[in-house]
Amino acid sequence: MADYNKPLPVATPETEPFWQGCKAHELRLPFCLQCQKFFFFPRRFCPRCFSWDVEWRKCSGKGTVYTFAIQHRPMAPGFEPPYVTALVQLEEGPRLMTNLIEVQPDPENVRCDMPVEVVFQDVTGSVTLPLFRPAR
Amino acid sequence: MGYQKRIAIAGVDESDEIGICEGKTSIMLHAEAAKNALRDAGIDKSEVDGLFTAGVGGMAAIEMCEYLGIQPRYMDGTMTGGSAFVIHVEHAAAAINAGLCNVALITHGENGYSRRRMRVPTGRMAFGDPTSTFGQFELPFGIGPAPSAYAMACMRHMHQYGTTHEQLAEIAVSARKWAQLNPKAFMRDPLTVDDVLSSRWIAYPFHVYDCCLVTDAGGAVVLVSEERARDLKKKPVWVLGTGEATTHTGLLTMPDLTTTPARESGKRAMEMAGVTHDDIDVVEVYDSFTYTTLVTIEALGFCKPGEGGAFLSGGRTEPGGDFPLNTSGGGLSYTHPGMYGVFIIIEAVRQLRGECGERQVPNARIALVNGTGGTLSATGTVVLGVE
Repeated sequence: MADYNKPLPVATPETEPFWQGCKAHELRLPFCLQCQKFFFFPRRFCPRCFSWDVEWRKCSGKGTVYTFAIQHRPMAPGFEPPYVTALVQLEEGPRLMTNLIEVQPDPENVRCDMPVEVVFQDVTGSVTLPLFRPAR
Repeated sequence: MGYQKRIAIAGVDESDEIGICEGKTSIMLHAEAAKNALRDAGIDKSEVDGLFTAGVGGMAAIEMCEYLGIQPRYMDGTMTGGSAFVIHVEHAAAAINAGLCNVALITHGENGYSRRRMRVPTGRMAFGDPTSTFGQFELPFGIGPAPSAYAMACMRHMHQYGTTHEQLAEIAVSARKWAQLNPKAFMRDPLTVDDVLSSRWIAYPFHVYDCCLVTDAGGAVVLVSEERARDLKKKPVWVLGTGEATTHTGLLTMPDLTTTPARESGKRAMEMAGVTHDDIDVVEVYDSFTYTTLVTIEALGFCKPGEGGAFLSGGRTEPGGDFPLNTSGGGLSYTHPGMYGVFIIIEAVRQLRGECGERQVPNARIALVNGTGGTLSATGTVVLGVE
């Protein structure tokens, strides 16, 4: 944990509740009270209807792999190929970019639409990343 | 809809050399291309009263004006990644149409290859602002340079529609066959589908030959009003229609990974030009990756969504085929310095003027150009024609 050498997110006032949620091992996403729908990435307003009547709500952490790639080059500092990047379609609607873990980085084992679930990884004392693994 | 006045492209050219240009900075390549495009137009720098550029970072337009030594009355630093230069054509046409400038210069230059050796930081995509949307929600998961994200878009298309590695490889092979007819192309060795399929992975589902080159190159375009076009030394290439569109920045918020905003920009440009798909003689689209070509052709409506793989296969896009596509050899085999859009305008103009030698498409009268920038994020479409 101390020698974590990959890029780390830095929260802003708009995104702080998301990262605080991760730290508490809860997936919290912004929800528009006007549209009655979740959205992502976090903003103080809903990007669909421009209502500023939004709140944070806890999500299930379950979804499916909308798409993925197996990265054979270190596309960002600290990453050791091969590794799997994925866009996860959450059952609440929005998508998250993430890494798939606990699966071989091989197209035989990873496929679009496969069910996945969130795993929180405490990478430093202050940052926790939402990663995903095949649903159990 | 459209312009009340006629707008012409008067000059186009690359920098003095393209490919590997050791010792040249990006801004030097801008200036070389500007010099050459103005010479091609037969227009003196002192006549330039509009400047359009994505620059070299920072305050794009004013830095370029200072460097080139011009004080135009109209400037535009629109930066939409590799599509910027195609979008600049629309902006320049609008400015000329409104009488705000008379001679518009679009410049680009990048030492994408050499700056790796010059140890110049490669910028925002490599080490993004950690508070940005990209820095918080993509970079920490190992998303970086373009292949890492475009591969994911391609994967969805393959899953959804059954597009195959072989179909993608055919796009790379077609580009290479055109490049073999272009003396300026960087990669001119023969390339087969098997070569592509047996090449190393960059980001599955992309092999290395699914990915564009990284070269050094500059390019520039000069646009003028109809009045100024009357005494050009070469025949004017008319801007018949233009369109631009965006749907997202990063893959995270891309609404549908299997199409691009070319769906909107292409429709706008073709409606303005009053042309249908059958009227178009030559097509130049941004091929950052084989998938970019495929998804752009679908989004432009040349075939239905999901049918691009079959539509572009069987050699019909190659020299002599019935759908001439990316006739310079494209970003895959001709040149690609980082942002490529200006070079598809240059090639379309050369085709319409009949200057392409061995790779000339016979009787090319109408060309469609579509540039893509960002992560399939923003596109510009231009329809060009000659009398």
